[in-house]
Amino acid sequence: MLAILDYKAGNQTSVARALNFLKVPCVITDSRNEVANAKGIIFPGVGAAGQAMQNLQSTGMGEVLIEAVSRGIPVLGICLGCQIMLEASAENNTRTLGIVPGECLAFDPAWQEENGERIRVPHMGWNSLKVQRPSALFKGIEPEAQFYFVHSYYPCPAGEFVLATTYYGREFCSVYGKDALWAVQFHPEKSGRPGLRLLRNFYDYCVEGRDAE
Amino acid sequence: MLSKRIVLCLDVRDGKLTKGIKFAGNVDIGDPVESARRYSEEGADEIVFYDITASAERRGIFLDVVEKVASQVFVPLCVGGGLSHIDDLDAVLQAGAEKISLNTAAVKKPELISEGAARYGSQAIVVGMDVLKVEPNEIFPSGYQIYINGGRTPVALDALAWAKQCQELGAGELCINSIDADGTLDGYELNLNAMMAEAVNIPIIASGGAGNPAHIHEVLTRGRASAALLASIVHYGQYTIKQLKDYASERGVPMRLTW
Repeated sequence: MLAILDYKAGNQTSVARALNFLKVPCVITDSRNEVANAKGIIFPGVGAAGQAMQNLQSTGMGEVLIEAVSRGIPVLGICLGCQIMLEASAENNTRTLGIVPGECLAFDPAWQEENGERIRVPHMGWNSLKVQRPSALFKGIEPEAQFYFVHSYYPCPAGEFVLATTYYGREFCSVYGKDALWAVQFHPEKSGRPGLRLLRNFYDYCVEGRDAE
Repeated sequence: MLSKRIVLCLDVRDGKLTKGIKFAGNVDIGDPVESARRYSEEGADEIVFYDITASAERRGIFLDVVEKVASQVFVPLCVGGGLSHIDDLDAVLQAGAEKISLNTAAVKKPELISEGAARYGSQAIVVGMDVLKVEPNEIFPSGYQIYINGGRTPVALDALAWAKQCQELGAGELCINSIDADGTLDGYELNLNAMMAEAVNIPIIASGGAGNPAHIHEVLTRGRASAALLASIVHYGQYTIKQLKDYASERGVPMRLTW
């Protein structure tokens, strides 16, 4: 069973729909028990970092997540979840969970795409990954596969955590991770077949552990 | 590099597509769920449903459609048509859409844009605008006027000023529908789209006029749009999404070619 962490920040149901489609057992939950006993945790999130941190504190879910990570339960952060596992976010100048060293920064509308056009913010649409380190998460995903992004801030973790990067005005980290912890800036639940495959890979890892690698 | 998007538009009335869709080798299909699934398999980067159901009581049928699509189709879904209250927005997002397109309601109640953006984030709020070319004057300095109620009712709103206002209010995207070009199959109105793209920093979805692959290519390059909205050119089986994407890609436009 995967636990989709419910901390009242946006729409958890999209991730649940994708997992249901894959026939992966999951539950949207704010129960400490259910989270502690899950095979893996998905940490989604939509909205602003400041509000999300307040919700994580008031629901106690932030603490639950940190504890789960320390016990080695696999975690997949998505979008805002990916951003706030770092130490700080430029959005609302927020101190965030600090599970992974690094911070989240804002796209600068003055940056240019490879064709010289100014970037538009948010970064909204399909973009590709440049894999920097192999990971169980990428199994079976074609190098030219694209994923759906929607965000105005981007994660900037310590270098050794970077698994893949994406170009938008500059190269930014779009997937990071270490051991059983991963985070993706894009929305795998809205990224067609490659996104579903990535979710499936995460679940396989949760069930089979390191053998999946 | 960010890909330019091909957005498929489906009109739904009472839970059915209003126009049959002809897939290559298939008969017309009036089922929006099946059509959305097929289009996502054929490479649509995003799907927009417009609810043109006349009565509010039948809204539930439409929400069922959205929910069914969201359970089977894993690309971004946008919903528009008749949404006028913040609770309507809530219902479509709960049903599984990630974006809401506001048109007439945004003109009548601009605060709906800011309320929606504050509650769900700018990325969830698309403002659609129906635009007609007019002689530039004091009221319409850009030479483009806004129409509401499905393009039937003119309002004293300059299209360019309205676009900027929408961005300030928190819209995450603008869908620019040219009434002049709509249905002509003569191409998008490039000048209008390029002007909008210059004036705001949020993405522009161009709508109205697509008749061939070159039209899509030019609106994504000279027209500076981030996305092209398509309906009949694909619905009637004239071109596949793949053909349209290949045409643009071969000419240097970044497109998503595997899915």
